[in-house]
This record gives sequence, C-alpha cells and structure tokens, in this order.
Amino acid sequence: MKKNFNSTLSIIALLGLGFLFLLPFFWMVSTSLKPLNETMKLPPQWLPSSPQWHNYPDAMKAMGPFWLYTRNSLVLAFLNVVGTVFSSALVAYGFSRLDWRGRDGVFFVLLATMMIPFPVVMVPIYGLFRALGWIGTFQPLWVPAFLAGAFNVFLLRQFFLTIPRDLSEAARIDGCSELRIFWQIILPLAKPALLTVALFQFMATWNDFLGPLIFLARENQYTLALGLQALQGTISGTPWHHLMAASTLVLLPVLVLFFLTQRTFIRGIATTGLK
Amino acid sequence: MTAGERKSLLMGVAFISPWILGFLAFNLYPLLASVWYSLCDYSVLSQPVFLGTQNYVDLWRDPVFWKALQNTVVFAAVAIPLSTFLSIGLAVLLNQPIAGQGIYRTIFFLPSLVPAISLAILWQWMLNGPMGLVNNLIRPILDFLNLWLHTQLKTPDWLNDPNFALWGLILTGLWGTGQAVVIYLAGLQDVPAELYEAAELDGTSAWQRFIHITLPMLSPVIFFNVLMSIIGALQTFAVPYILTNGGDGPGRSLLFLATYIYQNAFDYWNMGYASALALCLFLLIIGLSLITVRYGERKVHYSGK
Repeated sequence: MKKNFNSTLSIIALLGLGFLFLLPFFWMVSTSLKPLNETMKLPPQWLPSSPQWHNYPDAMKAMGPFWLYTRNSLVLAFLNVVGTVFSSALVAYGFSRLDWRGRDGVFFVLLATMMIPFPVVMVPIYGLFRALGWIGTFQPLWVPAFLAGAFNVFLLRQFFLTIPRDLSEAARIDGCSELRIFWQIILPLAKPALLTVALFQFMATWNDFLGPLIFLARENQYTLALGLQALQGTISGTPWHHLMAASTLVLLPVLVLFFLTQRTFIRGIATTGLK
Repeated sequence: MTAGERKSLLMGVAFISPWILGFLAFNLYPLLASVWYSLCDYSVLSQPVFLGTQNYVDLWRDPVFWKALQNTVVFAAVAIPLSTFLSIGLAVLLNQPIAGQGIYRTIFFLPSLVPAISLAILWQWMLNGPMGLVNNLIRPILDFLNLWLHTQLKTPDWLNDPNFALWGLILTGLWGTGQAVVIYLAGLQDVPAELYEAAELDGTSAWQRFIHITLPMLSPVIFFNVLMSIIGALQTFAVPYILTNGGDGPGRSLLFLATYIYQNAFDYWNMGYASALALCLFLLIIGLSLITVRYGERKVHYSGK
C-alpha cells in the first residue's frame, strides 16, 4: 500500500519534471514556426496558428553563408575527431600497455593538466599561434587535436587496461612490433571506447565557442556557432522566430547523432564519472 | 638502467610523444609565459616590457576584478550545490522500477547536449522580461500570492536586472545538468541490492536508507562530479557572454573571471593584465580543488572495490 503510494508519487514527480525539462525544446520549435507578430503575443500562444516553415530558409539567409559555416564546422569537427582519436589512442597505449620507468608519475602529470582550463592559458597560446602566423586560419582549431587530449587519454587508458595482457605478450613472442600490436590487436578491440571518444570530440568541437571567437578573423571562416552569434548581434528588433529557427538548426545534427548512437553515448557518460 | 629498461623507456616515450608535445606547447609553456607576461606591459603587437608587480597592484585596486571574482565564486557556490541536489534527486527518482525509465533519462539528458550558442539564445528568449515563457509561468503564481497576501510581487526582468541576472544563468545551468543525472544513475545501479534488502528487514525508513546507504555508496561519484563541476563553473564564459550579447550584464552582474580575462586580452589588448587575471583564476581552481580533495578524503566512503 505504502509502496504503491510512493511509486505513484515518484511517477507524478517524474512527469512534472520531465514536462519542465522538455518545455524549452517545445518553446524553441514552437517559436521558430510562428510569424513574427505571434512571437510577441501576451499571454503567449502555445502553438503557431499555422506553422511558418519558411522561417527556416529565411533564418539561414539571415545568417549569410549558412552552408559555408556548416562546412567549416563539419571540417573542423572531422579533423578534431580524427586527430584526437588517433593521438589519444597512441598515448593511452603508452600509458597502459607498455611498462617503463616513471610511467605512473608522468600519468599523474597528465591527470593534473585537466585542472588547467583554456581561459587560463589562452593568452600565451594566442601569442604562440600569432608568432606562427596562424591567427585567422583554421590551424589553431584543429592542429592541437593531434597532440592528444588528457581526458580522452584517461578514458582510453581505462579501457585498454581491461584488455588481457596475454594478447600482447603472445604477439610480442611472435615478433610483432609494438606499433603493429597497437594497430592490429588493441585498436580493433577498443572500437566502442574509440567511438565514445569520437562522439565526445565531435560534440566538443561542434559546440566550441571561445576557440573560434578568438582565433578566427574573417567571416567566411566562421563556424555555425560564430555565425549564429553574429546573427544575434547584428539584428535589431530581435526576430525571435529566426533566432529560434537558427538555434534549432545548430542543435539538430547533435540530436541526430545522439539518437543514432544513444547506447554508446549514455554508456560513455556513465563510465566517465565512475572510474 | 639496463639496456632493456632503456629500450622500453624509449618505446614508452615514443608512444606518448604527441601528448608530451601538447603538454609543453599548451600547458607548461603558457603557464610559465603567463607568469612572465603578468609582470610585463604586453599587447601581443609589440615586445613585452618588464613592469614588475604593477599588474598585481592594479588588480588589487581594480573594483571590476573584485566584482568578477565575487560573481565567479558566488556562481560556483550556488550553482554547484543546486545542480548536485537536483541531479541526485532526479537519479534517485529514475532508479525506481518504473515504466519508461529510459525515456525519462533521455529527457533529462537531452538539454546537456545543446550547444552553448543555441542554449544561451534559447534562454535569452525564455528569460525575456514581458514575453519570456519563464515569467509567463511564474506570473499566475505571483498574481495568486499578491491577491491573498496583499503583496506587490512582480516578475523580474531576469537578464536586465542586476539582482536577477546571475539567477537567470543558474536556471539555465540547471536545465543542462543532465550529464550528472546519467552518471549518478549509473552509480546508484552499482549499489548492491542486498544492502537495501537487509536494511529493510531491520525496519528502516526510506529516508534512513537514503542517508545511510545511498549517500555513502554514491559518495565517490559525488566527489568526482563536484570536483569536475568546480573546474567547469570557475571557467564559465560562453553562456553568460552570449546571454548578454557579448557583454557582461547589467551592472556587470554576469562578468566572470574568464570574461574579464577575455575582455582584457582581446578587447583592450592588455595581455599583461589578462595574464595576471589568468593566474588568479588558476590559483582559485587549484585552491578550491585542493580543499575539495582534502574534505573529500575524510567524507568519501570507498567500498572494497
């Protein structure tokens, strides 16, 4: 009796909170489909009287070269994913499948670097890229990905440690080089973990705002995030229907990717916090 | 060192060499250079000129720095406990045998996927003074209270009111707390069911079981999450920056240390001063992390795993 009461209460709480968490998504899409005058009605109108699908192409036009921004974001995301997956896997291999003097001390340094956020180091990094002549190019936004990320190394190392050592030993006795063991034995076994890292990196690059903001100079290099911010800044009178349509468009690829890879994703998040 | 040891050391270093390069270029060098720049007048456009401790003296006397520090600390001190309570609460609710658990988990997780740019523009709209959805949901409640208690409560103009802007940001952050829910839920599912069964036989209440079983078993996960949240909250930049259309809010109510570093570096080209600020932020992160670790060591319960 009491148990039933408790679980009924839980379901009511979940329904209420679930509704509140979904509400902003609903409002974003609903606003994006309204004509401008309906966005400003008081009290607000829940649904557009007739959905204005043309708001989407209109918002894309208002952003300027929308497809160019999309291409820039995709190219950067692709380079970052490739770079970080390979370099982080290589480094994680060195930290988990090889024994060498000082390894655990160096690994501790790697963990400690996670406490250095980008805003702390961005001034000298900007100076460095400026000296290289890279400001206003894409290089600052993808070259560092090829030098491994501490968090991804950590994640992959935890996974590599779970692969039995005998596998490598047997291959070594057969005269296999380390690089071949890495490439032909460990990487194929680590596919789920590599996919997790790839997904996280795609999201991180797609969502990045501060990096493009300080390193890019010309409008034709903008990522979607910067293009959308420019739209927010340039227009007066705030056409919320266009801003919501553009925000939805920037969010859409992330959502699609999430629903396609939901299980890997949720498992990845869950393990990052537990290990 | 034997020849074999030397060989394996070389092999190890070869494999981690990408990280070593990255560490030198993007961690060690910038930290050392920041220390040097913070002692200089430096605009990136010309060579740094040594100033001594002038930047730090200026910083001490700069009310804007203190405002940024205050906002950063208050934001972390309010947002982290709130989001921790909320996400543990949601995880506990989700951990019950209910239909559609996966669907609820997805619903709570989804907002954390929203890119900062979309998130901030959406919440600028949600928190709009007269037309925002938040105020339109609150207004009937306030009207009701005003009628019965004869008060004069009005809905705030969240992002244009220096007393409310920070709360608007905190609300935005709470919506995006879903990643922690997933992590806590996984932690809860790792708690052995026997513990609860035994406690139930002893006639304990649900609340007692939560305090004496759930929280201790979950404490390592909570500890790790809080530590990560501290590091995250202290570097807050994108969402408040976009919420204020690239500014720092009414009365600088949404100015954070990271914002002030950005402004000094890239609006005023005052890289020396920005470096001094960056080192302050770094010390703050190190300091608060160490306090958390110290405190955590005493409170966290590690079961024999």
